[in-house]
Amino acid sequence: MTATEKIVGNTANFVDERLGAAKWVKKSLNKVFPDHWTFMFGEVCMYSFVILLLSGTFLTFWFDPSQKEVVYNGAYEPLQGLKMSAAYASTLNISFEIRGGLLMRQIHHWAANIFMAAIVAHLLRVFFTGAFRKPREFNWILGILLLTLGLVEGLLGYSLPDDLLSGTGLRITSAIIQAIPVVGTYVSFFLFGGEFPGTDFIPRIFTLHILIIPGIFLAVITIHVMLVWYQKHTQFPGVGRTEKNVVGHPILPVYMAKAGGFFFVVFGITAFISAVASINPIWLYGPYTPGQISAGSQPDWYMGWLDGLVRMAPPLETHAFGHTISWNILIPAVIIPGIIFTGMALYPFIESWITGDKREHHLLDRPRNVPNRTALGVMSITFVMVALINGGNDIIATNFDLSINQIMWFSRIGIFILPPLAFIITKRLCLSLQRADRELLLHGAETGRLLRLPHGEFVEVHAPISPEKAYQLQSHEQLVPLEIADVDARGVRRPGALKNKLKRRLSKAHAVSIPKVTEQELKEIENH
Amino acid sequence: MKRLSRYRRHKAAGPLLLIFALLAIGTTFSVASATVKESQSVFDRSASIEEGKQIFLKGCSSCHGLNAEGGSIAPSLIGVGAASVDFQVGTGRMPMADMSTQAMRKPRVYNEEETAALAAYIASLAPGPAVPGESELNYERDGNTAEGGELFRNNCAMCHNFAGQGGALTQGKYAPTLMGVEPKHIYEAMITGPQSMPVFSDKTITPEEKLSIIKWIKSAEAEPNLGGATMGRIGPVTEGLLAWVLGLGLLIGIAVWLTMRAR
Repeated sequence: MTATEKIVGNTANFVDERLGAAKWVKKSLNKVFPDHWTFMFGEVCMYSFVILLLSGTFLTFWFDPSQKEVVYNGAYEPLQGLKMSAAYASTLNISFEIRGGLLMRQIHHWAANIFMAAIVAHLLRVFFTGAFRKPREFNWILGILLLTLGLVEGLLGYSLPDDLLSGTGLRITSAIIQAIPVVGTYVSFFLFGGEFPGTDFIPRIFTLHILIIPGIFLAVITIHVMLVWYQKHTQFPGVGRTEKNVVGHPILPVYMAKAGGFFFVVFGITAFISAVASINPIWLYGPYTPGQISAGSQPDWYMGWLDGLVRMAPPLETHAFGHTISWNILIPAVIIPGIIFTGMALYPFIESWITGDKREHHLLDRPRNVPNRTALGVMSITFVMVALINGGNDIIATNFDLSINQIMWFSRIGIFILPPLAFIITKRLCLSLQRADRELLLHGAETGRLLRLPHGEFVEVHAPISPEKAYQLQSHEQLVPLEIADVDARGVRRPGALKNKLKRRLSKAHAVSIPKVTEQELKEIENH
Repeated sequence: MKRLSRYRRHKAAGPLLLIFALLAIGTTFSVASATVKESQSVFDRSASIEEGKQIFLKGCSSCHGLNAEGGSIAPSLIGVGAASVDFQVGTGRMPMADMSTQAMRKPRVYNEEETAALAAYIASLAPGPAVPGESELNYERDGNTAEGGELFRNNCAMCHNFAGQGGALTQGKYAPTLMGVEPKHIYEAMITGPQSMPVFSDKTITPEEKLSIIKWIKSAEAEPNLGGATMGRIGPVTEGLLAWVLGLGLLIGIAVWLTMRAR
């Protein structure tokens, strides 16, 4: 035993005798994680969050969360002598006078954009592969909560510098809050400490942005990751992979090295983008005054689709009993997002109700094998994309010589037509892919080699596919519709006829799929 | 005098005399009433009016009418002033290439003298804002960048974007970018209100304030991209695109590489 080993051994012993950690560590280090590139999105989220915490802490050292009016005398000449809030002045100070301040600001903002993008990518991966199914429904809901928190945290974050663009965003936020019937005005006055803009919102947003929401974030992320740890990671189907095992690399050394290295890669890429590309150049926007607005005022991308929905809403208002209800804000900015987020959170339960599947699932679905779910996902993406395009309608209009009105009408009609179209097309594509899989299993892969038979006929030689591939193609379950009889065994009508009818219809739609290759068919082919 | 007398029986002699007379009366009136500042036009008016008219008849009258009275497809130019002509023709917007939603900036068709002649001709029809002279455009001396920025955000940014990059208006119309526009043309646009733009009279925005705005625009134009590539200075739309394409794109590439099975 060398001296180093002795020291390490003794230290480990010392800790273990007092904390009894060895057993836990041993068990944890033997934890196995499956490998697939789509499993890395969650890690990107986590690492971006760490980057956000680090860069955000740096920024708090110099940011002055106050709306106290000051006269700017800093380094940026085009704003010298202007009156502005201390928050804006200190952000300018961070950008131009603090060493590395601008880079840190840009790292913080780019990391936020990448964080949200990775959350969405992670969510889509989990959705399309069915990783949200039992027993992971709670973790799915926590994920939706993290997404929602991210949206709010991002909005609050880019509102803090108190520049013209962020003030515009807050003005819209206050308008959306006020559009909520009955309580809206009170809530808005409560949040902003009176009529917008007031002098309170920066300090309040600051506390929310740097303390309360990150605190909740940390707690929820911890539970989220612990649940993954406890419930184990899902894996794609393959030879040797079952519902009862996890095939992959143990945490030490391979997984740890990869994951640890990946953190630095994420940090490196974020820092690289921050070093070469400007983000939120607040000095160009100028200080916020309610009387000013810039053409092409946009929120960050993750809020852009909401902005797009508000932009496409026709001017509908009702006046009754001395109250105004602004449907044009209420529907796109409150009701539709409410439906979307609630629907997303409840989706695991909805799907399990439709399929009647109450079993645990640790093996993932290939998206094509559950056409209905995949089509639903693509439909939702299409909906958000149409809204997002409309959110940037003015930018698109100027840069592509289009009419903003045409884009708006395209979105207004498209938001109703394109998502269902996407649903139908995706479902058909999934079924076609299933047919292709079936074809591959039965006849093998096309080789491109043509053979001329003695009697003159040309045939293409098909090569048999590898057993691993074959296993992957047929390991999924055949979807079957639920059998729900209207009458029970004794011929008595069962209660909830309408509910049963709905369930039967949905279940039938969900189970549409191409029949799997049977053993018999395979045998026939072999003898063929 | 002899050269002039040769044209005394010319067809245009009558109308021209009338125009001269009206111009004389108008000028006298405007000088006497002194509401409009005496323009320090760089143009030699009398000599170029006739030349301007000829250019007008050839190049502009098919839409704007033989006497610049306007028509069903083009507005009357009587009273728009030399500044308007100098802006529209000097930036290549007029003559229009096609009857699209809005005249766009393009290489100019008429050179400086021809533009000046056209401007003089139109100015001779009725009084209007004159082309600002060099001394009126000394924005470096008379302007204030910070004040100009404030004025710009108050009056211009809602259409031209916070950094003067331009923006969308209704029905395919747009507020063009202000980058690379001559100070003279910016000034003229403010006093004449071309296309969808409102007129910013000297009462709304004083000449000094106009110079401040120009100074700020020029400073924004010259400002290096302090934070790195700006992707057009048009806000978060391009930023979001970059975050997805470059940010997530690179990360996916790395993730694929990291999880690749060892061969």
